[in-house]
Amino acid sequence: MTGPLFDITVAVARIAVFFAFCFGLVVVMTWVERKGAAYIQDRRGPNRADIFGIRAWGLFHPFADALKFLFKEDFIPDNAHRLFYQMAPMFSLAPAILGIAVIPFGPDVTVMGRRIALQIADLNVGILYLFAVSGMTVYGVVLAGWASGSKYPLLGGLRSSAQMLSYEVSMGLSLIGIFMVFESVRMSQIVAGQGGLLFGVLPKWGVFVQPLGFILFLVAQYAEANRTPFDLPEGESELVAGYHTEYASFKFSMFMMAEYLHMVVGAAVVGTLFFGGWQFPYLGDAGFLFPGGSAVAVPPALVLLLRIGSFVAKVLFFAWLYVWIRWTVPRFRYDQVMRLGWKVMLPLSLLNIFVTGLIMLLLKR
Amino acid sequence: MTIGVKKVARPREMSFSESLYLVEIVKGLGVTMGHMLSNIVRQEGIKTIEYPEVRRVMPPRFRGRHRLMKREDGTPRCVACYCCATACPAKCITIVAGESPDPGVEKYPVRFDIDMLRCVFCGMCVEACPCDAIRMDTGWFTPPDDTREKLIFTIDTLLEK
Repeated sequence: MTGPLFDITVAVARIAVFFAFCFGLVVVMTWVERKGAAYIQDRRGPNRADIFGIRAWGLFHPFADALKFLFKEDFIPDNAHRLFYQMAPMFSLAPAILGIAVIPFGPDVTVMGRRIALQIADLNVGILYLFAVSGMTVYGVVLAGWASGSKYPLLGGLRSSAQMLSYEVSMGLSLIGIFMVFESVRMSQIVAGQGGLLFGVLPKWGVFVQPLGFILFLVAQYAEANRTPFDLPEGESELVAGYHTEYASFKFSMFMMAEYLHMVVGAAVVGTLFFGGWQFPYLGDAGFLFPGGSAVAVPPALVLLLRIGSFVAKVLFFAWLYVWIRWTVPRFRYDQVMRLGWKVMLPLSLLNIFVTGLIMLLLKR
Repeated sequence: MTIGVKKVARPREMSFSESLYLVEIVKGLGVTMGHMLSNIVRQEGIKTIEYPEVRRVMPPRFRGRHRLMKREDGTPRCVACYCCATACPAKCITIVAGESPDPGVEKYPVRFDIDMLRCVFCGMCVEACPCDAIRMDTGWFTPPDDTREKLIFTIDTLLEK
């Protein structure tokens, strides 16, 4: 294959595979959410949809849901602003998926004598791009709330704009520590930086060098993704369904997909920044090298598989954590959310930056 | 002493680890994970009744859908006296009386319809009946159906049970 054609093929293939991975995981997550919630609450959960009599623990329910959404009436309320009402789900879904562009899914691989990064775009602004994109998700929610022409969506949209803006601040500040330690905002370099060892024992993962930063970032992400305990914008008991009250059929399912994509991308970001991305603990290019000095040789193909597998496992774990937290922690009251965001998270993230800087200064001496 | 002042019990002060909230969340996660794992391992421990296949056993005095009783020769016990239709607060019973072929019995119901969509399951018809011809002891609800017509139960449906 010639040069440009090869490059285009690789680029398209990468996008297709990562896209399929994320949307596939979204489909699975809707099932995991329902089934996990059921088992946590001592229920059975979805188990009725079947194909030729095979029920497979309700695994076909996501497909049944998709069909149902496709065939439902696409209703637009009279009071809605027709253009903005239809644009809102797109504004919600598109930024949610854009985030995967900078996530490295694995180490560089060599195909036909060329090095290929398992990452759609290794931007030099990396995380800043991520912030820019995730900051745009609030537009979809606010637009939906306003364009529906109804009071509950409007209240939901208002709440979510206030909440997302508040937590955006501490989310950004909580990552400064990571930039300082790994001296880059480029995702591939942050992951490469997490390959070493800390004190010769622990893997040098973000969570071990920035424990406070990790907790702050995780909490801010839950607030950004509008998940419990921060799902005020769609608080059922107060706002019917919040900003998507007036939406039906596939437009509603686009909001749902956006929510689950937030979870998947969020899980990938946490895994990449704080849990070493594709780094497998103690696994080097040639094999395992344990702190005691013992080494186990591993063939390169297996090394690659282990590394991609470790990334996927991290994504799956953090995606599950979203579900797990949701069915454990009750929703905050609105003033509690705001107090936590401005009076606790913001000072703590500033303190984190200060302490990180202090320690780095002392270590450099 | 002030009058009308009530001492309300206040929640106790949170300890430091509780006010941090994170430790308590981890404890909560442990609880939910425990429930989930035990439910996955022991499916039979889940209380859910799988409705269409498994039916809950109703208590003996549960007032369910009606049935009409038969005499020993198979004719309906009902003598079309209209007591149940009169007692019915929902006016859901329609009776058309006819002359019975049996010389010992005066009337029999030609039609006996109960509109299950209007019925409130109060049991007044059962109490009003002088012949013990109508009972509500089937131990089950009115099953759902897709048209309103199917839910107006005729004498044939009611006699079957």
